[in-house]
Amino acid sequence: MTRALPVLCVLAVVIAVWFAASVGMNWDQAQSFAEDNATWSDIARATQSLNRPLLPTPWQVAREMETTSFGYPLNAPRSLLHHAAITAWESLVGFLISLVAGIAMAIGVVHVRTLDRVLMPWLVASQAIPVLAIAPMVVVVLGNIGLTGILPKALIAGWLSFFPITTGMVKGLRSSDVMQRDLLRTYSATGTQVFTMLRWPASMAFLFPAMQVAAPLALVGAIVAELPTGAQAGLGARLLTGSYYGLTLQIWSALFMAALLAVLAVALVNASQAILVRARGGRL
Amino acid sequence: MTTILLLASMLLGSLLLVLLARGDGRIFRVATPVVFGVLVLWMWQLVCVGYGVPFVLLPPPTSIGAAIVTHLPMLAADFRQTVLRAVIPGWVIGSAGGLLVAIALDRSPFLRRGVLPLGSLVSAMPIVGIAPIMVMWFGFDWQSKAAVVVAMTFFPMLVNAGAGLAQTGAMEADLMRTYAAGYTQTLLKLRLPSALPFVFNALKLNATLALIGAIVAEFFGTPIVGMGFRISTEAARLDLGVVWAEIVVAAVLGTLSFALLSLLERSVTFWHPSYH
Repeated sequence: MTRALPVLCVLAVVIAVWFAASVGMNWDQAQSFAEDNATWSDIARATQSLNRPLLPTPWQVAREMETTSFGYPLNAPRSLLHHAAITAWESLVGFLISLVAGIAMAIGVVHVRTLDRVLMPWLVASQAIPVLAIAPMVVVVLGNIGLTGILPKALIAGWLSFFPITTGMVKGLRSSDVMQRDLLRTYSATGTQVFTMLRWPASMAFLFPAMQVAAPLALVGAIVAELPTGAQAGLGARLLTGSYYGLTLQIWSALFMAALLAVLAVALVNASQAILVRARGGRL
Repeated sequence: MTTILLLASMLLGSLLLVLLARGDGRIFRVATPVVFGVLVLWMWQLVCVGYGVPFVLLPPPTSIGAAIVTHLPMLAADFRQTVLRAVIPGWVIGSAGGLLVAIALDRSPFLRRGVLPLGSLVSAMPIVGIAPIMVMWFGFDWQSKAAVVVAMTFFPMLVNAGAGLAQTGAMEADLMRTYAAGYTQTLLKLRLPSALPFVFNALKLNATLALIGAIVAEFFGTPIVGMGFRISTEAARLDLGVVWAEIVVAAVLGTLSFALLSLLERSVTFWHPSYH
């Protein structure tokens, strides 16, 4: 409770400011629609229920999310859940691809000196490069050779989450104590045994924080990858069509759905970490 | 013929890399990744030209270089629009704002415990998604892109600077108190310097985020200039040479800003244990 109270207070202030701003920012539009004898309070009330407000109220966004999520059948193109599921699926597939590829690469880097010297500088440098800029080209080029649907988006989502996972896993596989490695050597343990008994278990404390960073990145990648294909499906498509037609409510509801998915993704990573911690008897 | 050449360069290249990776000097540490980069470029060129890979799939490095040279004025205009007008002002305002708010919050533990968890929650969210809203509020030109960059860079700095300010050890704080140092003196001489590594971390992270934010925001509407605009329209027209040229510019910018910030960090936080 002592931890929740400050957060709730700040949230309450944010929502209050949001409501106040929605009155102020929508005032001109509400006034232009109002009748001549409208009073100030009439206009203020009108600012809360415009069709295309400059800033929708929290209440309007919540209502829009509710009606577009539950008001249509799940496979209907107007259903928000339909688009959210597509985006979530793309980022999940991408995330899993990058998890497997990243761990494999980290194992290679840790065990083969040449790979370490050759690849690590590039991996570090690649974090400074805005890789998301290549998304439109990758989608268009893959579409050209007949790859459409979720795969191009999943590849971009995976490409973004690949780097944090790889660098985190390399750190993790190297994090085991020298003393413990020496101990295993005195037991004349083989390389495989050192890996399965020491390096791999020790790496988990680094893999999970890396996954917490990587999972939201995969979501961003999937959303941005949905933009250049003419906005067919997914939350990115909802953002783009909303932007074309000035449908503010659609933009805001897609945005909050994306935020919900990000929270969900991090929660999933945390839950799997909790399962692992419990299986290991209370520590990671 | 191409296949033989390809196999030969693969074999020779990997042999060279293995040999280089055995060396231990500084030269070897730099040379190995550089040789690998050159090898990748060479094989890319070989595959594109030798097998006649269609230009719309993957242009060879030489035509990307040629595209950079022939489109130099256009690239410069895009650079001016995207980087000078949106990325740099947005990065400065967002980072400075995050830092100032973190310092202000630091005086009130209640506010800090309320804002910082929300801040880290928000920085995990796909903030680029606000781009269409900003375009609606601030128009198609660079103002809306700068606004997206501000929103994207603010929260990482807030969270990092907040964590950095909480780093001060109790011993050092006690020492400052025995010197009868006031709040401002403690802040300037102890807490801000000890938070600097965290601040630089956020600045480096923000440099990449700012570029991404401005480029992606341009996918949502822009005047007919800008790196993101060029990437999305030329990709749709399958003029991939220009797209690759813009990507090269973005990559060089990202690496350059990262390197500059690292240099600055080294000279400002020379006392930090990680440099000893």
